[in-house]
Amino acid sequence: MNNASSNYQPSLHRYALITAGCTFVLLLAGALVTSTGSSLAVPDWPLSFGKFFPEMRGGVLFEHGHRMVAGTVALLTVGLAIYTQMVEKRAWVKKLAWSALGAVLLQAVLGGVTVLLHLPTEVSVAHAGLAQIFFCFIISLSLVTSKTWIEDGDHRIQSTGTIRKAALTVTVLIYFQILVGAVTRHSGFGLAIPDWPLSNGQLLPADWPLAVLLQFSHTRIGAFLVLGLVNWIAFKVCTQYTHEKSLFWPAANAALLVWLQCFLGILVISTEKSIIPTSVHVITGAALLASMLVLTLNSFRLFQKESVS
Amino acid sequence: MELKKLLALLAIASLGLTAGCGQKSEDEELMAMANSASKATAVLGTASVAGTVTLTGKAPGTAMFSVDADPVCKAQHTGLVKDETVIADAKGDLKNVIVYVKEGAGNYPAPATSVELVQKGCMYSPHVFGIQVGQPLEIENSDPTLHNVHCLAVTNDSFNVGQPNQGMKTEKKFTKAEMPVKFKCDVHGWMHCFVGVFTNPFYSVTGDNGSFKISGLPAGSYTLVAWQEKYGESAPQKVDIKDGEAKSVNFTFAATN
Repeated sequence: MNNASSNYQPSLHRYALITAGCTFVLLLAGALVTSTGSSLAVPDWPLSFGKFFPEMRGGVLFEHGHRMVAGTVALLTVGLAIYTQMVEKRAWVKKLAWSALGAVLLQAVLGGVTVLLHLPTEVSVAHAGLAQIFFCFIISLSLVTSKTWIEDGDHRIQSTGTIRKAALTVTVLIYFQILVGAVTRHSGFGLAIPDWPLSNGQLLPADWPLAVLLQFSHTRIGAFLVLGLVNWIAFKVCTQYTHEKSLFWPAANAALLVWLQCFLGILVISTEKSIIPTSVHVITGAALLASMLVLTLNSFRLFQKESVS
Repeated sequence: MELKKLLALLAIASLGLTAGCGQKSEDEELMAMANSASKATAVLGTASVAGTVTLTGKAPGTAMFSVDADPVCKAQHTGLVKDETVIADAKGDLKNVIVYVKEGAGNYPAPATSVELVQKGCMYSPHVFGIQVGQPLEIENSDPTLHNVHCLAVTNDSFNVGQPNQGMKTEKKFTKAEMPVKFKCDVHGWMHCFVGVFTNPFYSVTGDNGSFKISGLPAGSYTLVAWQEKYGESAPQKVDIKDGEAKSVNFTFAATN
């Protein structure tokens, strides 16, 4: 955090951005594996049908394709950790990079374990949840290695501190909303309530088995909570800090994404979990989380001095 | 400083890792199978039950699907392929229904002969079949493309094996009765089939004309049911039968869309 002792490394920042882009593609590839029902198309791990590169047919295209993209991201992350260690002066940024590497390696193991154990919900959800955490690591690295973060480090603005606390709370809330969505998806409860906004034609479900409870929590309670809070914080930021680009743009982006995400959620139900809306719903959730994370991190950076004094 | 705490918070965000680890060993399963065999009542009888399974109401049209996702599959078919979920003739005779004794039959030793399940033309053949507990199931890939054999058993252990090459064979045995068990190929999303696993040989799968026959029944009182993959299990039918007797039992399913 000591900006004075840090120097902007454009190549490191670009490398982190490329890794972030590839991670986003990886999230889409992973979402497609589940959406197309291809999770067990390759029954073995770490090899695929005993080979490094099997015939890319049917579900193998999605599952092995996911493994290939994952391998690329893992290699990029190894490079990112080493490169950060070499050129970065801030110790906490180095730790962040190595943490990202640890996360992606653990993620690979979880991916393998879920295949070998035939997709137990707990492991599949852990795989989905860690994917988002890894993405957050890479997004954070991309942000903290940026020119704005490093060279604009002494810039501070007056605030009551509400924004940063709210941004952090909403970011954590979105993460848990994603986790509930992952549990719903990997438990096969995605259509436990087949309609929206009504529940089997009624305002509330008549019965509340676990499947309905989870789906209702994700598609109604969590969705409305996230929609309301993201719009509230975006309105607050965009009206009070219009000229503070590092707050304005992530907030505006989050406001757009949260509406898109809700629309996609409705599409997922109305199309009975059609492949494209379902997969795009997953990555839009990741993009929303990333936007709120950037807003949170920037708000902590900008409001830090005032909070200390 | 606060930013570090924030990042640390993200890093330790909760992950529920409570994967169950209560799988039985193979030895325990084999022991259970041996115990089951020792309790078996090996004597077959001379009675039989035969009949027809029919569909009432408007039968669903024959659904067709494409297998173009894999050029090898495509090359083995001309155009679209018929969905096997509901196959009924003009009279409503239903194919691929398992009729079995649900109550009244004991345990019988498994035959040594294998039941064959073949993947050909990127389809399972047979689409519906029965097998006894402990009887070998030989699964073969006859296609020049890769398949994975994903068994979605619930009572038995599920398995997922790859068969990347033509001619590959895998042998499996079920250790417990289970009805039905679904098989699917995750490489080719349209491929699936069902097997009924029984502790006795008193089951039959209907053919093209919807007929079935269960032979070798000892005299006794039995409850028979029919199971179809779309319509589920029929209402049970009780049958009292004497040695050498041949009884007729028919089942009907109401067509639903």
